[in-house]
Amino acid sequence: MSTAAAGHHEHDHDDHGPAKGWTRWLFTTNHKDIGTLYLWFSLVMFFIGGGMALIIRAELFQPGLQLVDPLFFNSMTTMHALVMIFGVVMPAFVGLANWMIPMMIGGPDMALPRLNNWSFWIMPFAFTLLLSTLFMEGGGPAGGWTLYAPLSLQGPDSFAFVIFAIHFMGISSVMGSINIVATIFNMRAPGMTLMQMPLFVWTWLITAYLLIAVIPVLAGAVTMLLTDRFFGTSFFNAAGGGDPVMYQHIFWFFGHPEVYILILPAFGIISSIIPTFARKPLFGYASMVYATGSIAFLSFIVWAHHMFTVGMPLAGEMFFMFATMMISVPTGVKVFNWIATMWRGSMTFETPMLFAIGFLVMFTIGGLSGLMLAITPADIQYHDTYFVVAHFHYVLVPGAIYSIMAATYYWLPKWTGNMYDEKWGKIHFWVSTVFLNVLFFPMHFVGLAGMPRRIPDYSMQFADWNAVATIGAFGFGFSQLIFVWVVLKCVKGGEKATDEVWEGAEGLEWTVPSPAPYHTFEKPPAQFS
Amino acid sequence: MSDLQRDHKLVSGKLVLLALGMFAFGYVVMPPLYRVICDITGLNGRTNSVAAANPEGQAVEDRTVTVEFVSVVNSSAAWTFTPTQRTMEVIPGKTYKAFYTAVNNTGRPAVGKAVPSVAPSSAAKYFNKIECFCFTKQEFEVAATKEMPLIFFVEPDLPRGIDTITLSYTYFDTGETPVDLTDS
Repeated sequence: MSTAAAGHHEHDHDDHGPAKGWTRWLFTTNHKDIGTLYLWFSLVMFFIGGGMALIIRAELFQPGLQLVDPLFFNSMTTMHALVMIFGVVMPAFVGLANWMIPMMIGGPDMALPRLNNWSFWIMPFAFTLLLSTLFMEGGGPAGGWTLYAPLSLQGPDSFAFVIFAIHFMGISSVMGSINIVATIFNMRAPGMTLMQMPLFVWTWLITAYLLIAVIPVLAGAVTMLLTDRFFGTSFFNAAGGGDPVMYQHIFWFFGHPEVYILILPAFGIISSIIPTFARKPLFGYASMVYATGSIAFLSFIVWAHHMFTVGMPLAGEMFFMFATMMISVPTGVKVFNWIATMWRGSMTFETPMLFAIGFLVMFTIGGLSGLMLAITPADIQYHDTYFVVAHFHYVLVPGAIYSIMAATYYWLPKWTGNMYDEKWGKIHFWVSTVFLNVLFFPMHFVGLAGMPRRIPDYSMQFADWNAVATIGAFGFGFSQLIFVWVVLKCVKGGEKATDEVWEGAEGLEWTVPSPAPYHTFEKPPAQFS
Repeated sequence: MSDLQRDHKLVSGKLVLLALGMFAFGYVVMPPLYRVICDITGLNGRTNSVAAANPEGQAVEDRTVTVEFVSVVNSSAAWTFTPTQRTMEVIPGKTYKAFYTAVNNTGRPAVGKAVPSVAPSSAAKYFNKIECFCFTKQEFEVAATKEMPLIFFVEPDLPRGIDTITLSYTYFDTGETPVDLTDS
C-alpha cells in the first residue's frame, strides 16, 4: 500500500519520508510500514488458507473419496486452521494495531520500533517453515490444529518443523504485544487518560495482556510435545507415567483465551465503526471497557468446556458449564450497547457499516450456538460434529474476518488518501454474506444430525447439505477476489479522500491528512492537556 | 527522551518477566500440579500407583459392587492382553484377587507395562490395589505368557450411588529389552 510522503526530504531527524528501494520494507521501523506489511502478509495467507478450505470442501462435495487421500485431507484441515488463526486473523489485528494505535493515541510511533520490525519479519519465516512440511516426507501435521497427544506424536518427523514454526509465531506475537502495551502506557498524548482512549486501543491493550499470558503456555505445551516425540520424555505418554488428557488441559488453558484474542480487537473495531455511521457517540463506553475486561478474565476459567467428553467429575462439568454461560453476560452487554448506539441514529450504510452490522447479526448467531455447546449434556451429543464447525466459523468468519474487512474499508481512505469503490465494496459485502450463509448454515444441520468433523468421507444422508455448503464455499472464496480488486484499485487511485473521510467520524486519526503522512504526531496533539 | 526510554524498558521488562513466568507455569509447574490434583481427586480415573495398605474398618456386608475388568493394548497388536475374569461381585471392605494374562507376540524379548484407569472417575479414590502388576514392569521372552495378579479392595464408604466400577488396564510396550533392564 502506498504510504508515500509528500516529497523526498533530507534524512534529518525531524522530517523524512520512507527510504528508497525494496530494502525500505526490510529495514523499516515505521509503524505504518510495518502495519502495511502485516496486512499484506495476512491477505496472502488468507488466500493460502482459503485454498486449503476449498480443497476440503471440494472433497466433501460428495460422499466417498474423490480428490485427495485421507491423510492429505487431514493435513488440510490442520493447516487451514493454523494458517487462518496464526497467519491471517492475528497478523491482521497486529497490522491494524500498528497502523492505528499510535495515530489514535496521538503518539509518533510504536514504543519499540526495532522490535516491531523483528516481530513482523519472523512471521514469513515461521510460515515458510510451517507450509514447507506439506512437501516433506510423510506430509504435514494431520492431527488437527490442536495437536492433541498422542495422535500428533505419531506423525512424521516434519512435526519438529511445525513446533518450531509455532515457537516463532509465538515469539512474534509476544514481542508485538509487549510493544503494544508499552506504546499504550507510555506514548499517549499528554493528558489523555486511559478512559479517554478509543475502544480499539482498549480492546488491544487487554488482548495484548492475554497474548503475553497464554502464548508462552502454548510454547510450553508444544515443547513438551517436542521432547515427547524426539527426546524420550513422557509428559503425555501413559506408558511412561504421563497423561494425554493433561495435554488437552494445557492446550485449552492457552486455547480459550486465544479465542478471545481473535475476537476482542474485532469488538474494538466495531465499536469505532458503528458510532461513525450512526452519527452518535458509542453507547455505554465505560461498560464496554469493563465488559472487555470481564470477558478476558472469564476466558481463563472456562477452558475445560472444550473437553466435556474426557470424563470429568460432575462438579467440574457444572463449574465449566456455568462459567462459560457467564461469558454471555458481558458479551450481551456489548451487543446491547452496539444496538443502542444505532438506536435513533441517523444511519447510513456505507461498506464498513454493512460489514459491522453483518458482524453484529452473524457473530450473535455464532454466540448462540456457543451457548448451546456450553450446555454439558447437549455438548456430549454435539462434540466433534459439524455443529461445532458451524459455531466457530460463525464467530470467526463473520466475526473476526468481517471486522478486519470492515476496518480495511473504514481506514483505507486514511491509509491511501483515496476513496475505495463504494459500489464494488457493497457488492463484495452482499455476495460474501449470501455465500457465507450458504456455506456455514447447513453445517448446523449436518452437525445436529451427527456428521463428525475432520472426516474426508461421510454417510449418504449428509450428502445434500454438504453439496450446498461446498457451493457456498466456492462462492465465498472467489468473492474475496472482489475485495483484493477493490483494495488494489483504491491503492492505485480514485476519488481523493478528505482528512475526516467520514462525516460522523471521531478520533485523532481523522485529524491528520489523508493519506496519513509517513510521520504523524511528532508534536503531540493539544486537546487533552 | 531518556525518561521515555526508561519507561519503555520498565514496561517491557515486566512484560518479558510475565511471559517467562507463564512459560515456566506451563512447562514446569502445570505437569506436577496436574498429577497432584489427579491423585487427590481421582480425576481421570487415576488410582494409586503404589501399594495400598490392607483395608481398615468393617466390611459392608449388605451391598455388593460389580467390578468389571477391561483390557486395552496400546497402538499395535503385538501383544495379547486379557483379563482372566470379566467381572466380579465384591463386598466393599474385603480383599479380592484377580488375574490378567499377557502374551508377548512381538517376536523379540520385550518389556511391558500396564497403566490402570478406573471409571467412573468418582470411584477412583475408593478403589485400592494392595498388590498389582501395574506397579512394576514385566520382562518377557519371545512368545512368553504371564499370568499377572492383582489384589484389591473397594473402600466401605464408596458412595451408594455407584454399583459398578470398571477397571481398565492399557498395556504398553516400553520399547526396552529385558537386557536393558538388568543392566540398569
